Amino acid sequence: MMQECNIVIKVCMGTGGIAAGGTGVVSAFNEEIKAAGINASVEKNCSVHNVGCRGFCARDVLVDVIIDGEKTTYEYIKSDMVPRIVQEHILQGQAVGDWEVKEDYHTFHEKQVKVVLSDCGEVDPEDIESYVERGGYEALKKVLATMTPEETIDLIKASGLRGRGGAGFPTGLKWEFARKAPGEPKYLICNADEGDPGAFMDRSVIEGNPHSVIEGMIIGAYAIGALKGYVYIRAEYPLAVERLKIALDQARQRGFLGNRIQERDFNFDIKIKLGAGAFVCGEETALIASIEGNRGMPKAKPPFPAQKGLWGKPTVINNVETLANIAYIIRNGADWFAQFGTEKSKGTKVFALTGKVKNSGLIEVPLGIALREIVYDIGGGIEGDRKLKAVQTGGPSGGCITADMIDIAVDYESLAKAGSIVGSGGMVVMDETDCMVNIAKYFLEFTQAESCGKCVPCRIGTKRLLEILERITDGRGRPGDMDLLEKLSNDIRSASLCGLGQTAPNPVLSTLRYFRDEYEAHIHEKRCPAGVCKNLLTYSILEEFCKGCTMCARVCPAGAIVGEKKKPHKIIQEICVKCGACFETCKFKAIKKG
Amino acid sequence: MMVTLTIDGRSIKVRDGSTILQVSREHDFYIPTLCDDPRLEPYGGCRLCLVQIKGMPRPVTACTTPVTEGMNVETTNEEIEGLRRTIVELLLSDHPTDCMICEKAGDCTLQELAYFYNLRENRFEGERRQYSGSDGNPFIERNMEKCILCGKCVRVCNEVQGVSAIEIAYRGFSAKVCPPFEKDLDCEFCGQCVSVCPTGALMGKISMGKGRQKDIEKVESICPYCGCGCNITLHVARNEVIRVSSRPESLNEGWLCVKGRFGFRFNSSPDRLKHPLIKRNGRFEEASWDEALDYVAERFGEIKEKHGADAIAGLSSARCTNEENYLFQKFLRAAVGTNNIDHCARY
Amino acid sequence: MVGLATVFGSGAMTNSIPEIENNDLLFVIGSNTKENHPIVALRMMKAARKGAKIIVADPRRVPLVRFAHIWMQQRPGTDVALLNSMMHVIVKEGLMDKDFIVFRTEGFDQEFLKGLDEFTPEVGQKITGVPKEKIIESARLYAGASSPGIYYTMGITQHSHGTDNVFCIANLGLMTGSLGKESSGVNPLRGQNNVQGSSDMGCSPNMYPGYQKLTISTIKEKFETLWGAKLSDREGMTATDMLSAAEAKELRAMYIMGENPVLSDPDMAHTVKALGALDFLVVQDIFMTETAELADVVLPAASFAEKEGTFTNTERRVQRVRKAVSPPGEAREDLWIIAELSNRMGYEMKYPRIEAVFQEMGMAWPAMGGMTYSRLNRGGLQWPCPTQDHPGTPYLFKGGFPRGKGRFTVVKYRPSIEETDEQYPFILTTGRELFHYHTGSMTRRVDALNKVSPEPFVEINPEDARDMAVEDGAMLRVTSRRGAIELKARLSKRPDRGVVFIPFHFKEAAANVLTNSKALDPFCKIPELKVSTVRIEKV
Repeated sequence: MMQECNIVIKVCMGTGGIAAGGTGVVSAFNEEIKAAGINASVEKNCSVHNVGCRGFCARDVLVDVIIDGEKTTYEYIKSDMVPRIVQEHILQGQAVGDWEVKEDYHTFHEKQVKVVLSDCGEVDPEDIESYVERGGYEALKKVLATMTPEETIDLIKASGLRGRGGAGFPTGLKWEFARKAPGEPKYLICNADEGDPGAFMDRSVIEGNPHSVIEGMIIGAYAIGALKGYVYIRAEYPLAVERLKIALDQARQRGFLGNRIQERDFNFDIKIKLGAGAFVCGEETALIASIEGNRGMPKAKPPFPAQKGLWGKPTVINNVETLANIAYIIRNGADWFAQFGTEKSKGTKVFALTGKVKNSGLIEVPLGIALREIVYDIGGGIEGDRKLKAVQTGGPSGGCITADMIDIAVDYESLAKAGSIVGSGGMVVMDETDCMVNIAKYFLEFTQAESCGKCVPCRIGTKRLLEILERITDGRGRPGDMDLLEKLSNDIRSASLCGLGQTAPNPVLSTLRYFRDEYEAHIHEKRCPAGVCKNLLTYSILEEFCKGCTMCARVCPAGAIVGEKKKPHKIIQEICVKCGACFETCKFKAIKKG
Repeated sequence: MMVTLTIDGRSIKVRDGSTILQVSREHDFYIPTLCDDPRLEPYGGCRLCLVQIKGMPRPVTACTTPVTEGMNVETTNEEIEGLRRTIVELLLSDHPTDCMICEKAGDCTLQELAYFYNLRENRFEGERRQYSGSDGNPFIERNMEKCILCGKCVRVCNEVQGVSAIEIAYRGFSAKVCPPFEKDLDCEFCGQCVSVCPTGALMGKISMGKGRQKDIEKVESICPYCGCGCNITLHVARNEVIRVSSRPESLNEGWLCVKGRFGFRFNSSPDRLKHPLIKRNGRFEEASWDEALDYVAERFGEIKEKHGADAIAGLSSARCTNEENYLFQKFLRAAVGTNNIDHCARY
Repeated sequence: MVGLATVFGSGAMTNSIPEIENNDLLFVIGSNTKENHPIVALRMMKAARKGAKIIVADPRRVPLVRFAHIWMQQRPGTDVALLNSMMHVIVKEGLMDKDFIVFRTEGFDQEFLKGLDEFTPEVGQKITGVPKEKIIESARLYAGASSPGIYYTMGITQHSHGTDNVFCIANLGLMTGSLGKESSGVNPLRGQNNVQGSSDMGCSPNMYPGYQKLTISTIKEKFETLWGAKLSDREGMTATDMLSAAEAKELRAMYIMGENPVLSDPDMAHTVKALGALDFLVVQDIFMTETAELADVVLPAASFAEKEGTFTNTERRVQRVRKAVSPPGEAREDLWIIAELSNRMGYEMKYPRIEAVFQEMGMAWPAMGGMTYSRLNRGGLQWPCPTQDHPGTPYLFKGGFPRGKGRFTVVKYRPSIEETDEQYPFILTTGRELFHYHTGSMTRRVDALNKVSPEPFVEINPEDARDMAVEDGAMLRVTSRRGAIELKARLSKRPDRGVVFIPFHFKEAAANVLTNSKALDPFCKIPELKVSTVRIEKV
């Protein structure tokens, strides 16, 4: 059977895949195929592709074995499992059923609609041919051959595409402003400074299909009249940077970049600029300052970058995901794109779904999808089937959607109305074991540390917000603290210079709005209802359940548990460090937390 | 091109291209600022100049916002004042309250604002930045606990002086103005940074402890060094020049060099000549003015008598005033009777 | 200033400091502006930020080079060749302002053009060491600018052909019509706070206040009337001549007010010997300077902070100085001292107030006639300011030149007097550094300045140092035909190979022990402080 077969093996080699051992899996396949003595003709047709992230990172290493177009997907593959796959599946045609993905893998994908990610996991990101084979750069050729820059802008406007970086500004309009703004040369910048904690949308797109971003940039440059582009990407994304470099070289060799692109009177090239991982550099003006070699600090707008941006020239800054949409919109038309989503929020959006959800990973859904579908269908519901408390969207700039709003449509307008944002795509699912005051504190720790320090409300204000939250979770909360938090939050929002400061209080305001009772419990009753805030916890032993097995005393790192064998034990509160080890260890549910 | 806008209900016609802050100042609307300096690029960092523009969703900074036709600006209202108050209160929550021993007291913008907003208590008391060690350079005292990160020093060093000796380092609450790698300052020591600092964070070392602001008498003068003719203000306490500053509206726009700003201590040097001296037997001896002047007049007279007026010559100085130079040559020409008069740097 | 006075009829900065920021091209030659005129340099940098281009021509990589579009590193003493080559390019490419030449100048004739013929960019490159492309581009930029300013200082004048250098600069300005306009002109930057004023006030052997020639009898008569005294019509001696005359016993007595020629003049040994030969020396100063040490009588004067009066800065702006503190001990204002001395000499000087002197100055020189102290209180006034309602003159030659038409001068290139040879293989050039001033009598008494710049040094190119196995900070002996000094090496890429630089602030290793007092410019007698030859040895 082997002789005539076309065998393709695809191994997930995104950052997630590599972290799970993807590199070893790839070489194991190569070695095994050789060692198994598959004859030459077979060998020729049998290839191992490195592919990018397909979203379900929790299951890595994911491997597709495609024989004559028939695909079998394996999960949790390690290199020592490869010989069996080669032996049984490739040589004997018998898939290894134990290791195949289960039903949930398919439901994870079923409700998703993939535009941006449609080629991720399919193309080899280090090989331009595999992108071209799937229709890559057709959009660019079409634009150059048949469309004027104005027509290109009109088409993007008609598609309804909005910026995927957070603010949701219509992309076509942004391009039009820059095209019409006086000043030469113009610049196009791809913002790949993804900085939200837990967000990896942009990284995955660049790692999985860098050419889709490059093609989008070239089309954008043609539309606005830019000669030079930059990809501003954080240095903490080495794999993405490496693949981007390879992709840029290949695109140059193929004549998609450089002078006289596709033999037309159009020159454009792209440079990579590495960022030092400052969250604020995702802000447009700070990003420009950073490219110019200055400290990444935001400036007041106006003037907007489209009027005066990089080196004082008209500049468009688009997010990775935004740009990755462009080629697909051109290829399939504005109407095709506009069929997804709602009236005002067209297309799809990539989210990084994390938290207490069963299936975490990268997902792409049509805008307007019900949050319930994301959490329960794609996400598979809450871990341990506990109760959903809230979904946090938009990262440190976002807010919470409570469990009773689970049917809300996920689009720009609906989320804003609920006091949150779509943002760049972070989505954290929280259950009853999450303390909302603690969540607010977590985000403030982040924004406080990432403030650039330029403006007073953000630099000192977020610090003071954090200090108030710290004392509340420490059990030192004061009666007026909730008012003070609210007042200071509103002032920071109104008075800060850039988006970072203006949105930094959102996690506080949002949790204050929906979870006042939790704040009150912390402040007035010195109690953390979710049992998270250490200083508000007491562990005690219920005498009636304690068998005196001494397990708890043995695991206690502080030596806070005393008692004789076979007799009820006791926790000395003054010594207890509230680590919870006893709670985890006790088989008789004799330890009480609260 | 002129545009018409309304500020606090008053209709004003102004040149296009100005900012709201510029226009407000020209027309005497008070807007507090800490990071603004008309000689530097607008910064928008302190946020004190927030104003409300009708139709805009949030307040904007007057320093960075250009005026436009028909704009309707409110420079003050309850919300704006509330925000400004919060900002000053936040700044004070991270500032030492040692005004009673601070050199800058009496000339400190932050102190003024605290007074203006009557900030007796602080809702936001919390951690304060603590820095130890002091900069070893001989000119500029850098007390970063008092720094409010207005960025003026950084901007003046970069935009005006072209040196870029300092920059803001670190992030968030830890943000700090410092030289690269927090080494000691090693620059041209022009002290432009000291002159723009609104608080006691940057001060001239040689002036420390020499007198409080209220005890200082200020005298306008001209720098005694090169030919630029920079306007300087001498700060005098107890018959001693203790500091030199310069007015921003002067010829030199308030900028000075290291010599002009910090090189004045020669004036009170113990080496100064205090008495006329006459050399007798190869040694100088103190003499009274009458003695010395009579002696000089006598000797000049003798020599003129014996060898003629042209045996006497005078060298005057570019260090002396016009009046002195004028009288000096007049003395040689009219009193001595010679044209043997020159000055060393006449070329 | 003799050079500019000859070609224009008046020698001073043609423009104002505030105008600098509106130059679209700045040609800075022989001026380490950022260290010696720091605040003027700030305006230059401001111009650059507003889009102007800066061309720096200097044998050293001076700090302003960092802000420059072009830096031409000419060999010391080759400025005439450099400037003539630039003009050669301008003429050859027809970039002159022909209308200006026809209506406002004279001497742009065959002889003048012939003088430029030989200075092709190739010849310029050969003499100056500046690549010809830079010469050509600089010429085009200068000629093409709409508001170009030339700025120079002692790097141009302190040469045996200093006046020639100035003539060349004037030729360049005239040729392109870059004069008599706002932000466009020829600007010598004055090195000391009141050099302009002491020139204006007639401290000059051949001119009364206001550059009025004493050989013209009507002028002499005017001053005789004003001062009520019979005046000599014999031109006096220049400072340089005075020293030689003292040595020759032709001069018997000197009265030196506020100067320190022992350190500031070339060939220190010669200066000391000359002053020592005098029968009587009076020095009036605020410190016991090296010159005062030689005096028979030392008179303690008041410093700038201890007296009232006026200074005139480099842009002809007369400004008030005011008394802030009282002088120490018995020290008195120079005015009081001069008047007292004069009275004792039998010529009465009585001024009820200092402003009375100022008023008399206005009578002596109409260009200051419209100034009063109260008018000066508002930021000073720039001469000419002939009447009380005259606003002063920010830039000169608007309607024409004082001498009528601006004059072109044929200038031939002459090498500097001393040229390197086997015995003295290095060119020494001298000047100031940022942290000290002139002979150091003021700045070296400021602890903080001494801390950052404590000792003398010789700047030497690292490659030359390597050849001699000299490390940074090593002690060197620098010897010229006049003498030798010992000081530390400072390895620096500022000077080119074969050139060394020594600041003249430090009396313990005085640069002017080495310089040549015999190499003088024939017109103005300025000594060639910028080029002498030395040898360097390790100590």
